[in-house]
Amino acid sequence: MIHLPSATLRRRDMMVAAASSLIVAARPEPVRAQALRPLAGGGGGAGQSAVIDVDKARVEPIPIAIPDIGGPDGASSQLGRDISGVIRADLARSGLFRVIDPAAYIQSGPSRGDTPNFQNWRPTGAQALVTGKTEAQGGGGVRVEFRLWDILPQAQIQGTAYTTTQSNWRRIAHIMADVIYERLLGEKGYFDTRVVYIGATGPKDRRTKRLAIMDQDSENNRFLTDGSWLVLTPRFHPTRDQIAFMSYANNRPRVYLFDLGSGRQTVLGDFNGMTFAPRFGPDGGSVVMAVINGGGSDIVVTDVGGRGPHKLTDSGAIDVSPCFSPDGRQIAFASDRGGDQQIYVMDAGGGGAKRISFGSGKYATPVWSPRGDLIAFTRYGGDESDFSIGVMRPDGSGERILSTGWLVEGPTFAPNGRVLMFWKETRGQGARGAGFTSRLYSVDITGFNERVVPTPTDASDPAWSPLPA
Amino acid sequence: MNIKILGAFAAVALLAACADQTTETKGAGQTHSIVPGSQEDLVANVGDRVFYDLNRSTLRADGKATLDKQAAWLKQYGSNNVQIAGNCDERGTTEYNLALGQRRANAAASYLKAKGVAAARMTTISYGKDRPTAMGSNEQAWAQNRNATTSVR
Repeated sequence: MIHLPSATLRRRDMMVAAASSLIVAARPEPVRAQALRPLAGGGGGAGQSAVIDVDKARVEPIPIAIPDIGGPDGASSQLGRDISGVIRADLARSGLFRVIDPAAYIQSGPSRGDTPNFQNWRPTGAQALVTGKTEAQGGGGVRVEFRLWDILPQAQIQGTAYTTTQSNWRRIAHIMADVIYERLLGEKGYFDTRVVYIGATGPKDRRTKRLAIMDQDSENNRFLTDGSWLVLTPRFHPTRDQIAFMSYANNRPRVYLFDLGSGRQTVLGDFNGMTFAPRFGPDGGSVVMAVINGGGSDIVVTDVGGRGPHKLTDSGAIDVSPCFSPDGRQIAFASDRGGDQQIYVMDAGGGGAKRISFGSGKYATPVWSPRGDLIAFTRYGGDESDFSIGVMRPDGSGERILSTGWLVEGPTFAPNGRVLMFWKETRGQGARGAGFTSRLYSVDITGFNERVVPTPTDASDPAWSPLPA
Repeated sequence: MNIKILGAFAAVALLAACADQTTETKGAGQTHSIVPGSQEDLVANVGDRVFYDLNRSTLRADGKATLDKQAAWLKQYGSNNVQIAGNCDERGTTEYNLALGQRRANAAASYLKAKGVAAARMTTISYGKDRPTAMGSNEQAWAQNRNATTSVR
């Protein structure tokens, strides 16, 4: 059977006072996974498998049936219905699955988790089927059995049981959606992930900005700072335990690390000038960021303890927005060293900078795909011309624009490199900027499936977490 | 224009709050009192901010004239320390504008230093595009928001 990642995070629910704000620890609880003994399929099945290779071609969405997961009692059944709903929503939102409307299911009532009657599922048009059962356990725990079936060949693709606390049921649903995505599309999903962003309230000239975190489906939203100080540009550590961000605490704008286990905020390093635009290195041991130095801004790399800062550029120009390649060997950044702001790629140790953006306009915020094959960017021109989000190969070729608007900025990749999140602002009309909004969006790297990512307040600066290790 | 607006706000606030002022200034056609050497004095009688062209951090002639007056004012009120905040319009990216705003603040601070204001009396900060004074999304607002603003600390 497939071995699934079993998280090793410890639960820490303490309240910690930090920098004039009360922060609740914001780590997710663990989910334990256990392989189920495979059940025999119906036998004699023939026909096309639901499993495809998503990289081979642009594919039609996979039709999948996800009946409500059942349970032995009312509470377990409700949990099963809730879990099934989250799986359906995750897969449908991806654009790569067509979730068959439960009203079209021939079999009524919840699935039982044992071998399905495939004859009942073929007429729905579904190629894949999810069954399972939930069971409440002592001490507020829950166990969820889950099986994924290939309907035409009548074969079990996956069978796993998950245990966690009942309050953590959403994570089970996201993990199941990731397994379905991976088993049917041949690459990892991105549903058991979170997004950090900046939540904003108040009029445009007096915005209150707070660090916020939520699940990728906008649930479990929490604000991590209280708005006392301006905060900007949060980014996830590869282990998902820390966030690097910029805070104006005590009117000294610097890069800080926010520990999600304790809620503690720590300034990164000791620099005379402003530090900003942080990103963790792929090994998690270093941070690359920009630091003001005289008239310009330089790229520096430091370890996560702030020790041993090492300057990578010293051009006298504005060098900003550094981002490591996923193999850690190169750094993309934006610079106006040649006049207009453009994207450059240099060796991770500094040196060898080569300009890669040559289209019309200015290029900013380069972000390397976790797959290494693309760099996403923000492109803009004059004051009155629209902004765009796009991708190009790391050598600058193959530029494609994915979204355009009055202001679109700050792309961040889902961990599988297939979806981007960014933010979009509408143009305020009139002297007081009425009608100004700032919201998060996601779009496939194909340019399809653009959709709003709901947030409780205006939002900007999204950063997508990796999957759990 | 923006300075006039701020002056009017300051005037209203002062009329409401203060009765024992020693000097009088003109502001929005009203007669009222302002404490010499205060932020209100700087705003109303000197000019607290200088403006920059699109994507630039070089001082314009009007900006230098304002900073000349600021330097004289800071010599007169030698116990005043100031913060110079660099700001940008909204038509750029957050991170680039943080650096550009810092350049604008530095340009103003360097000019004041050259005019004899001790560096120890000045701090600089950049808010990028995050602290606009004009809320509109048009050239008039953007021109207002590309500035370096001096405030008494």
